[in-house]
Amino acid sequence: MARSVTTQRKTINTTIAWIIGLLIFFPILWTILTSFKTEAQAINDPPLFLFFDWTTENYATVMERSNYARFLWNSIVIAGGSTLLGIIIAVPAAWSMAFVPSKRTKDILLWMLSTKMLPAVGVLYPIYLLCIRLGVLDNRVALVIILMLINLPIIVWMLYTYFREIPGEILEAARMDGATLKEEILYVLTPMAIPGIASTLLLNFILAWNEAFWTLNLTAAQAAPLTAFIASYSSPEGLFYAKLSAASTMAIAPILILGWFSQKQLVRGLTFGAVK
Amino acid sequence: MSLKSTLGAATALGLIAASSAYADSHSPSITIATVNNGDMIRMQGYTDTFTEATGIAVEWVTLEENVLRQRVTTDITTKGGQFDIMTIGMYETPIWGAQGWLVPLDDLSAEYDAGDILPAMAGGLSHDGTLYAAPFYGESSMIMYRTDLMEKAGLEMPEAPTWDFIAEAAAAMTDRDNEINGICLRGKAGWGEGGALITAMANSFGARWFDEDWNAQFDTEAWANTVNFYKNMMDASGPAGYATNGFNENLSLFQQGKCGMWIDATVAASFVTNANDSTVADSVGFALAPDNGLGKRANWLWAWALAIPAGTQQEAEAKQFIEWATSKSYIELVAEKEGWANVPPGARKSLYENPEYQKVPFAQMTLDSILSADPENPTVDPVPYVGVQFAAIPEFAGIATEVSQEFSAAYAGQQSVEDALAKAQDITNEAMEAAGYR
Repeated sequence: MARSVTTQRKTINTTIAWIIGLLIFFPILWTILTSFKTEAQAINDPPLFLFFDWTTENYATVMERSNYARFLWNSIVIAGGSTLLGIIIAVPAAWSMAFVPSKRTKDILLWMLSTKMLPAVGVLYPIYLLCIRLGVLDNRVALVIILMLINLPIIVWMLYTYFREIPGEILEAARMDGATLKEEILYVLTPMAIPGIASTLLLNFILAWNEAFWTLNLTAAQAAPLTAFIASYSSPEGLFYAKLSAASTMAIAPILILGWFSQKQLVRGLTFGAVK
Repeated sequence: MSLKSTLGAATALGLIAASSAYADSHSPSITIATVNNGDMIRMQGYTDTFTEATGIAVEWVTLEENVLRQRVTTDITTKGGQFDIMTIGMYETPIWGAQGWLVPLDDLSAEYDAGDILPAMAGGLSHDGTLYAAPFYGESSMIMYRTDLMEKAGLEMPEAPTWDFIAEAAAAMTDRDNEINGICLRGKAGWGEGGALITAMANSFGARWFDEDWNAQFDTEAWANTVNFYKNMMDASGPAGYATNGFNENLSLFQQGKCGMWIDATVAASFVTNANDSTVADSVGFALAPDNGLGKRANWLWAWALAIPAGTQQEAEAKQFIEWATSKSYIELVAEKEGWANVPPGARKSLYENPEYQKVPFAQMTLDSILSADPENPTVDPVPYVGVQFAAIPEFAGIATEVSQEFSAAYAGQQSVEDALAKAQDITNEAMEAAGYR
């Protein structure tokens, strides 16, 4: 009896989880479906779900009109570069805060987080002017640094949370065995925190990949990533929903595949330390 | 090999291919910021023709209209120098020209024939008589209507109807059971969306944004008549949720046969008569925007134009491009490849003198609409500003966006028209006072 109740509950939970999952995924699914419609089918009322004449014409048009490869490459460099640089800076910072905290550590952590509360547009002009002075407008390196700085508080916070779950005694033991600070972080702490670092890395890569304010405002022709690629297909005067959907699908496809591959690490990292 | 491994390998190969493809690309000579609309995209397709003829490579930065505005405004005000040519409109050109931010286009070649530009367009893109941007295409607004529904309603559309006729026809054409709305109009907040329509409409009702001393005029009877007329007509004959409808939403409704009439940009005529996208392509008629017998019609005037930001290192190349893109020969090139219905309209007099273009069904009505809009004298009573559906002052975009939000809230029934007008009056007067006009 108890077993059948458990099975029934499991079925209900699974069904609810699937429904919620499908609801969350539906906008992406709809975008993908729309990308295979003609512009007339895309605005059809009632909307066409699966039964329409599928076409790849939108993808052909987008590929012909835009240099997708360049946008993609810029996204990879900017998102990858800013994430890696952020991790390199954040690991020692989070180590220090987790294992050698000072009286002000909590304040520093809160202050770091408070920088995320500032609306980006509030500092657009100062940063724009700075980029002009340094000659780095429309430059991938500038965006790597800016996105790294934007995401750094989140990276430090996430790593700090993971590191706090690691017993300090293990690091002490390493020190007693003669490990230097560098060896302690590289060979003892990092391997133990790999799930946490991996999920931090992935989450921040996704954040940087999707970042649209700075990447749109600081780039033109050379350093524009996929966010600018999508923006180029949006129009308030003309119905280009199918082409916009094709461009959106092409922009999210790499990150969707990456997320699918790394879902185990992501879940493991995000639930790291949740159950003791 | 598992599906995951195969996908992984494919993604990796894709990324490598992407990077090598990028490595093969070459550096640009001029960079152009532009909007994503049909005519601009078509121009991008012909860029190779320009490059082959001049050896000048072109890099395009295509953005959504609002993003483009923010982007080019940031760049020009900070002298960022990211673009050699910017696509801007009639609102920005005189303001930026007056600031000295744009290169004057007063030395275009004789072959270019600057005198052929329609005077309304040249006037709106000039400051103190100097042209600062060359019109790529121009537009006004007009009535697009379903000839079959009009006939069914037992009415005949005059060439120059009044608002009373439009309201009567809208009511007669409305068929809620068959999802047909008598009229579709913009109601969406935004100075270039619902704000443009209601301002142009207000002109025909004898209303104006400011008196000659820059005092807001929303407390006048003319404004109350305008907004009440709009709301009553739309409540009776408009589509559900019209307060959030903009150009695209109405285009979609019209193309699916759900609007009896639509008053909007003349450029929409080519969309609604295109049989590939429109289900009503063969039953569309055109008429001038309505009036109230006060001497001003409810049509606006706009141009997307190409301008050169001052300080660009590529001024000569940029001018060469502008001469090519806005020339008579470019129009002929498009006509030859894609037909006369697809050439950029509303910029040159010679286009409307061309017998081939005169055969395009909406050509004459577009010209008549453009010619009937007067940006120098847009209203019944005198005003201190230039512009038909906007006032060409830097503060206008911000103020009009807020005002149109109040109007949209009234259309949606969230507040009364009187409250919306009172708030509009306060918003405008406060902003004008802060800016030092009053």
